[in-house]
Amino acid sequence: MQTHQYEVIIVGGGGAGLMAALNASRGAKTAVLSKLYPSRSHTGAAQGGIGAALGNLEEDHPEWHTYDTVKGSDYLGDQDAIEFMCNEAVEAVYDLEHFGLPFSRTPDGRIAQRPFGGHTNNVTGKPVRRSCYSADRTGHMILQTLYQQCIKNNITFYDEFQVFDVLVANGAVAGVVAVDLATGELHVFQAKAVVFATGGFGRVWEITSNAYAYTGDGVAICLRRGIPAEDMEMFQFHPTGILKLGILITEAVRGEGGVLINGEGERFMERYAPHVKDLASRDVISRAIYMEIRDGRGINGKNYLYLDARPETINKYAEADGRTRPDGTPYRVTGEEILSKIPDIADFCRTYLSVDPIKDPMPVQPTAHYAMGGIPTDVYGRVLVDDKNTILPGLYAAGECACVSVHGANRLGTNSLVDILTFGKHAGLNAAEYVKGTDFQNLPEDAAGFTMAQIDQMRNGDGTEKVAELAQEMKREMFNNVGIFRSEAGLKAAYKKIQELRERFTHIRVQDQGKIFNTELINAWELGNMLDLALVVTESALARTESRGAHAREDYPKRDDANWLKHTLAWLKDGQVTLGYKPVTITKYQPKERVY
Amino acid sequence: MQITVKIYRHIPGVDTQPRYDEYTLDVDPKERILDLLENIKGFKDGTLAFRRSCAHGVCGSDAMRINGRNRLACKVLVQDLDTDQIVIEPIIGLDVIKDLIVDMDPFFEQYRSVLPYLINDDPLPADGKERLQSQEQRARFDDTTKCILCAACTTACPPFWANRKYVGPAAIVNAHRFIFDSRDHGAEQRLSRLSEPDGVWRCRTVFNCTEACPREIKITQAIAEVKEVLASGKINYKGVQIGPERVGSG
Repeated sequence: MQTHQYEVIIVGGGGAGLMAALNASRGAKTAVLSKLYPSRSHTGAAQGGIGAALGNLEEDHPEWHTYDTVKGSDYLGDQDAIEFMCNEAVEAVYDLEHFGLPFSRTPDGRIAQRPFGGHTNNVTGKPVRRSCYSADRTGHMILQTLYQQCIKNNITFYDEFQVFDVLVANGAVAGVVAVDLATGELHVFQAKAVVFATGGFGRVWEITSNAYAYTGDGVAICLRRGIPAEDMEMFQFHPTGILKLGILITEAVRGEGGVLINGEGERFMERYAPHVKDLASRDVISRAIYMEIRDGRGINGKNYLYLDARPETINKYAEADGRTRPDGTPYRVTGEEILSKIPDIADFCRTYLSVDPIKDPMPVQPTAHYAMGGIPTDVYGRVLVDDKNTILPGLYAAGECACVSVHGANRLGTNSLVDILTFGKHAGLNAAEYVKGTDFQNLPEDAAGFTMAQIDQMRNGDGTEKVAELAQEMKREMFNNVGIFRSEAGLKAAYKKIQELRERFTHIRVQDQGKIFNTELINAWELGNMLDLALVVTESALARTESRGAHAREDYPKRDDANWLKHTLAWLKDGQVTLGYKPVTITKYQPKERVY
Repeated sequence: MQITVKIYRHIPGVDTQPRYDEYTLDVDPKERILDLLENIKGFKDGTLAFRRSCAHGVCGSDAMRINGRNRLACKVLVQDLDTDQIVIEPIIGLDVIKDLIVDMDPFFEQYRSVLPYLINDDPLPADGKERLQSQEQRARFDDTTKCILCAACTTACPPFWANRKYVGPAAIVNAHRFIFDSRDHGAEQRLSRLSEPDGVWRCRTVFNCTEACPREIKITQAIAEVKEVLASGKINYKGVQIGPERVGSG
């Protein structure tokens, strides 16, 4: 077993982790531990853009971005944190440009911006061009640019190291335990501060846009060490995933004028969101799609709809909506223009569906996409361990694995990228500041003991159960009963099922008994993480007897501010979930009915 | 349909020699090759090792040789191969660590050697806003911004197979991305690296890289453009020749 010492350890090499590394390394000895090569991280899959009120094409203000985000969150987001993020967004985007990010450009050479769901001109209520983009591969450009900056700044990386555990001693962070995948060797990293930036957990569901790596490792590690998870019932289903595969088709397709069409050829979003239609919030559109399908209006009565981005369709509805370009001329597009705005989407459609998006409509269905919930933090990334916002010294989290909470019950498109940049940066800065005034904690006697115990269990079970089978059963159960719509009966059934799967998980035995790249062992451990999170999600959802944002209860269809304007905190102990709550921070915007 | 999948298996230092394991599967022709690998690993042989993450061709984890061609396993469907016999092997020119997993460190080392980051020490715009770049200037290097560092190109390149010190197509693509960016001032340093004996001149214009690229980057053309800059001493930022000095950021 090898031991290392760094002042700050960052777990995860995606956007939040790299931002944290760039900022922490200026003031502290820092290393990044990532289970993937950083350039493989899921930030790279983000497509449509990053929201910031630059106002490059029309009037816009951070205050409007703030209000839209509060409204998008269905008033569950903390308004002080949202205001902080939306103000920081502008500088974050300019920072990226200064780092060399190749944004698409306006005719006068500025960063190009496009409309996105839920982002509006607060005076007219019409969609506003706020999403700063680089074609439909904005996340790829952000990830590449940040990785490039890390190379420039000689950041230390431990690539393909899987972190299993966080060590706490004397009430403060002492380090992490990791396995080097290439050798199977255990490494203990002594650290004064640890920043989790491990991403989301969409792989819990059957249809998802998320990478295989998205198994909720950071949240699960923290839960095992007694740290709660916040608002875990709030999981976003993106309206437009490629049929069956779940691969994301960016909202930018609708930003550029694409529309959703049901089996009767109707642009049905007009009925659900008369003002912004196909650019309503994601939760609203996913529910609308679900209801269209339930009422028999799927394509040929089946469980999918069309996203239509053919130029003739775009132009027809742009004319009907009276949509104009920034110079006031009517908005009309050619196939070539559309392809230049969404080249990767066109590639995905051709590769996986044999569909050309400017000639044929794209078959889509909602896909599990984003965790609004996660490890509770403040705006400095500091992890909060109870309902009184007590800090665990040295522990930080940022990005999708964290819950600040800026997304509340529903995240607006483009805000995940704002989140990773803003809170990755501040977590890094604050971790570096914190370590200056503190000593290393002594490592516990048997630092790797808990990790070894977890590994031994997966190697030495009786082998009567198979990881792949348990995973399939979990994904199906969660998609069917803890998906877009939920009910008490469904959630109770899911809870029972997940507990059954957790019991069966103790019987698994990995076939690969080797050490070198034992990816079977890692996959098994990841399933354990997902089962823990699935349980927490289900129990949190069962308790919340209202509908808010992404959490839609068929048996409680209304939002209930009197009883539920509060954050859920969930602890996992001995296989049982305990729930607590803490208030939402309201500053300027009193909750009101949410209409698009 | 029923297919046969043969997969290269080897753990150097543990197994005495490589072998091919054969699996018969019932598959939907629309399945990805990655789906087959997941199926085999999950239900037939857990010891099989390969990398993967995004599963839709943007993360670059799963480059491998599929029926003799470098592809991403998540971007090839069974029906694309026009056969029921599928052979899957690791990419060539990087050491195998286990089965389909190769040592990527030398690849990333070559990438780092071309200084793949914006170099520009000029003061930032006084208003704190973006540097300006015309749409035309932005389009000039668009193609090479698409690289996902999967190594499909470099490990399809015969000069790289012959000499692993050759910087390789992927690193040149990433150098190109900055050399032709109107905001960058580091062309000289990068070109100096690329004019070394193991630099760009080892390219023999075989076009394997271009054929292998899952992002459809015109790699051979990008390499030719870098060679041309080295030969002429001039960078063409816009499609019109401009001198060795930088033309502002506008």
